[in-house]
Amino acid sequence: MRFDLPGGGSVQALKDVSISLAPGELMSVLGPSGCGKTTLLNIVAGFLAPTGGEIRINGHRVHGPGAERGMVFQKGALFEWMDVRENVGFGPRMAGQRQRDYRDKVDHLLDIVGLSDFKEKAIYELSGGMQQRVALARCLANEPDVILMDEPLGALDALTREKMQSLVLQLWKETGKTIILITHSVEEALLLGERLLVMAPRPGRIHREYRLPFADLGVGQDLREVKKHPEFNARREEILGMIWDMEEEIMGRPAASQGAAQ
Amino acid sequence: MIILLIYVAIFVASFFIVKFVAQKSITDYASLKTVTFGDESAVTPNRFASVISVATIFLLWGAFTGSSWVPGFLHAPAPFEGEARFTYTVAVPNGPIDDAEVLVLVHPIGETVEAPPIDPGEGFAKNDSATVGVWRSGLIRVDRNDQVGREEGATIVAVNGMDIAPGGSVETEYGRVGMSPKGTLNFEPAKGWQMEPIWLPPPEDVLRRIGEISSEGFRGATLWEHLGLSLFRVVLGFLFGAMVGIPLGYAMGLSNWFRGWFDPIVEFMRPVPPLALIPLVIIWAGIGEVGKIILLFLAALWIMAIAARAGVSGVNITKVHAAYSLGASKWQIMRHVIVPNSLPEIFTGARVAMGVCWGTVVAAELVAAEKGAGMMIMVASKFQNTDIVIMGIILIGVIGFGIDILMRRAENRLVPWKGRS
Repeated sequence: MRFDLPGGGSVQALKDVSISLAPGELMSVLGPSGCGKTTLLNIVAGFLAPTGGEIRINGHRVHGPGAERGMVFQKGALFEWMDVRENVGFGPRMAGQRQRDYRDKVDHLLDIVGLSDFKEKAIYELSGGMQQRVALARCLANEPDVILMDEPLGALDALTREKMQSLVLQLWKETGKTIILITHSVEEALLLGERLLVMAPRPGRIHREYRLPFADLGVGQDLREVKKHPEFNARREEILGMIWDMEEEIMGRPAASQGAAQ
Repeated sequence: MIILLIYVAIFVASFFIVKFVAQKSITDYASLKTVTFGDESAVTPNRFASVISVATIFLLWGAFTGSSWVPGFLHAPAPFEGEARFTYTVAVPNGPIDDAEVLVLVHPIGETVEAPPIDPGEGFAKNDSATVGVWRSGLIRVDRNDQVGREEGATIVAVNGMDIAPGGSVETEYGRVGMSPKGTLNFEPAKGWQMEPIWLPPPEDVLRRIGEISSEGFRGATLWEHLGLSLFRVVLGFLFGAMVGIPLGYAMGLSNWFRGWFDPIVEFMRPVPPLALIPLVIIWAGIGEVGKIILLFLAALWIMAIAARAGVSGVNITKVHAAYSLGASKWQIMRHVIVPNSLPEIFTGARVAMGVCWGTVVAAELVAAEKGAGMMIMVASKFQNTDIVIMGIILIGVIGFGIDILMRRAENRLVPWKGRS
């Protein structure tokens, strides 16, 4: 994936990124800022066309956005002019379904995400965590094969975030969806990622891939218990160190070249 | 200047009075805030201040026009009315000096009065009488009935015992007595501080006019026809402008070709004030309804186009992405995402456009119209019917305010999410 810059140069945002996911896998993607995580997700979602390579899902090539790949955004992607129920029912409605056909499904999803009492509320009456739960339910109501999450919990406070992490795990197990989750938080990546992809910047590439047991452990369990797992801390330190090194490399480079010039 | 000082004095005095009299008895959340200076949310309009403000305007208006709504002791000094007297002294060269009295009846304007009869008195200078209207002045040829007149060389040398010369003047308790270069006396009764009705009629006159014109009409049409016609023009012009401008704005927000094509036109036409188009529109379409509606259409068109374009560019891209990944088609994105998302901007634009249209229609009617609010005040001003002019201004203001309130109501109902996401 290469972007041409207005000045005439170009930025290699992603290079030689090759992933394949089995149905039902949950992969979290981690990396320092600017490593192309969001670009990767946008290409998978079909919002960007890759300059090289291809995305395949269910045996066909991806050319644009589609209902088979649902997306949960960091924030601000709900429709304020609809109430909670209408937001969640948006996908089925666009597909031309009658309201009585999808109403039960919408109610059921709202019950699952814990918004039973807020079905008729306007979006702006909900807190940030509730809004993200609506976004999650809206995505699930459309029954996509793959769910793409672009830092879905990034804008939430730490407490809400932990609750939402449990919810994501629970939904993942219950629905058996394939999920790609982008995050800045090492802990979140470890807790939620059955597979964990660490990316490196300039150009964006896969640095290392892990297969982790924590997501399975965490299903239906207190996530704080999972964090006490002996391996958890070791992995966290390892990955943090890895990312720290990459950040230092980015930050340090101009300083090093300045030093050389003197 | 005096009025301004009084106004400032009332402003300051009522501030302190309200502050000390109406002590805060409520302890709601806002009243517990210790930092209010700089916290915009803690500033709410003081209702006492609003009431006093409006009352002050009417009080000053009434006081300086001698309104019957304002108790007499609050009136500004009225112009002198009634019988004024002064004496003048005539001197004949190398001859005697004689005094005579002048009685001036100062009467309200519009009344025709006879000069009061007067006893000529002793001496060669005879007593005179004259009439002068309030706020007016009049020449008084006091020497006409004198035995020795101006032709015989008699000159007036003093008024009320004070020396006077051609070009000079003497202040009396009833007003100013001046002398023209030729030696004629000129009496100007004290004007007081009140405004002449021709400049500013008292509020009750304006109210009476509203009643009169709404029942009898003005210039062959009732008041409601005049106002209704203006309103009708505004609504029609605005509707046409919105009907063309909103789709145009959407097209400009969604298509490169439309944006490229119409950008120069819209950007050029936007800063042209609609008032500047009045002459051209009159040349092209005449002074009839068509011309006015075209003018208002042009006034609303660019505002609505720009509002709709801003509404489209204000759509958060993640919302569009979300809708696409939920399987929406382009048309569904338009219908369910772009249009509702741009409604707040369009409403803001519509409020601005309605305001501009209302202003433009009045201006256009001032230039040329047979009926309408603007025409009403224009014609009235030509006949110096100041009360009708003021009535028209008040009604125009009330209607403009009413339009804005209706638009705001509609906005709150239709786009309740505005500014809350």
